[in-house]
Amino acid sequence: MIEVQHVTKRYGRVTAVDDISFRVERGEILGFLGPNGAGKTTTMRILSGYMPATEGKATVAGFDVFEQPLEAKRRTGYLPETPPLYPDMTVLEYLTFVAKVKGVPSGERRQRIQTVMERTRIADMNNRLCSKLSKGYKQRVGLAQSLVHNPDVLILDEPTAGLDPKQIIETRQLIKELAGTHTIILSTHILPEVSQTCQRVVIINRGRVVAVDTPDNLTARLRGSETMYLQVDVNGGDATAMLGRVAGVTRVVEADRRNGLVGYEVESESGRDVRRDLAKAVVMGGMGLLELRPMRMSLEEIFLSLTTEEAAQAAATGEAVQ
Amino acid sequence: MSNILAIANKELRSYFSSPIAYIVIGFFAFLYGYFYVAILNAFVRQSLQMGQFGGGQSMSVNQQLIRPLLQNVTVLVLFMLPAITMRTYAEEKRSGTIELLLTSPVTDFQIVMGKFIGATALYTIMLLVSLIHLVVLFAFGRPEWKPILTAYLGLLLFGGCFISVGLFISTLTKSQIVAFMSTFGVFLFLWVITWIGSMVGPTGEKLTTYLSIVDHFDDFAKGVIDTTHILYYVSVITFGLFLTAKSVDSERWRG
Repeated sequence: MIEVQHVTKRYGRVTAVDDISFRVERGEILGFLGPNGAGKTTTMRILSGYMPATEGKATVAGFDVFEQPLEAKRRTGYLPETPPLYPDMTVLEYLTFVAKVKGVPSGERRQRIQTVMERTRIADMNNRLCSKLSKGYKQRVGLAQSLVHNPDVLILDEPTAGLDPKQIIETRQLIKELAGTHTIILSTHILPEVSQTCQRVVIINRGRVVAVDTPDNLTARLRGSETMYLQVDVNGGDATAMLGRVAGVTRVVEADRRNGLVGYEVESESGRDVRRDLAKAVVMGGMGLLELRPMRMSLEEIFLSLTTEEAAQAAATGEAVQ
Repeated sequence: MSNILAIANKELRSYFSSPIAYIVIGFFAFLYGYFYVAILNAFVRQSLQMGQFGGGQSMSVNQQLIRPLLQNVTVLVLFMLPAITMRTYAEEKRSGTIELLLTSPVTDFQIVMGKFIGATALYTIMLLVSLIHLVVLFAFGRPEWKPILTAYLGLLLFGGCFISVGLFISTLTKSQIVAFMSTFGVFLFLWVITWIGSMVGPTGEKLTTYLSIVDHFDDFAKGVIDTTHILYYVSVITFGLFLTAKSVDSERWRG
């Protein structure tokens, strides 16, 4: 449903997103996890058609976001970090305007607005000015805005940021309900959020994808084992089995493949340094070892910089509200 | 087209749900009314004098009342229109609502047109206020309506230039004050550009007269429709809208 291929975004000399690729299947919820400034918002803006990528290609619902922006946008709902509300409109006026620009036919407009207002539980607020809404309601109106044209794909940038714990739970529940009928990407810097709502996680740091996996696997990988990244010139062969035979290795995954060069992620028992044996195995197998680096370290680093405790987050929010 | 109208409608409503529309139209009505009274007084005094002493040529309401009055409107426009256009993009950029527009299935050009039509609609409403005074003249005299019509056509085109260039300037900043001052500065310069015209020789004089935004209005006020002037105004409007669309697009790339 969503496909990102080698997307790079540079602002002048700063590279915000560096050659990232991932896919999201229909009906899936993908979490986009990374510390602040990792490139989450930039990626989402590219997918939503807000800004073009410097390089690479992104497709949403089968339409290239750059080549066929209108078709892609018609099928995308986007909630930016700050809900894009017009302060001097009432909720109903606002949603009517959004429905018009999103191309909802006039006959269905009233019905669609009613549906999304009920879904996001804002029906009792329809005559309230957007500027008078609380943060939680603003976020919900933002969500309603992204749903009003019934898009296939939902892109939610930090949908729970700044909400109180109760609202966070409600929002997550709502997002889970939406999955299945919609394909969802949501970004967050809170670790538990991902494990609670998402089926798959892309971890991004300094503009690069560090890992793509299910939340459970990621946690397991972090705890129990160490991961090496190897780039091997396989000469047309396959080194998976061979690397798997090295003593201490528990799992070998092919991570990427480009012009005959294959990247492997090799997990091993913790506390056991398998680098020498891995290097030897590759060379003995008649292949070229181009890169060998521990991955665990970077992953751990990122996890450390993520908020792992929701309590801390909630407390911070509470303070901000006061 | 429906997208353009939806955006135009939203723009127009946002003027009226903020103080801007009321302040702009209110001050316009007040100052215009003041000009009207002042010029009408002078006109009445002069015609009384002529009645007493007998003057050479007869007085014309069109030439001696309506024309100077509408020429004064251009001065008011210089001050009022930057206030109308200053928020169009600057405010959307500051509040982040620009993300909604740019991720909606509408083209940049449709957004620009919507905003242009919305601002022009407010400007038209402002001009309608000035028409009330002129209608009163018809009750007591017999002014010609054709020169009035051309003058209003001229005012619309003249204001259109301000709006399209004002939109462009508004895309360049997040600050409404910066947008206001820059738009005002640019147009004040285009206004007084003829001042140096005579100093820089005959070619320069021709050039500055051509560039001067207000000189093109004179013929409209006289009741003359000259395609040169229409072409000038339409070119400036088109160029302004083009720059606006390009500026929004380039902002996307720069991020």
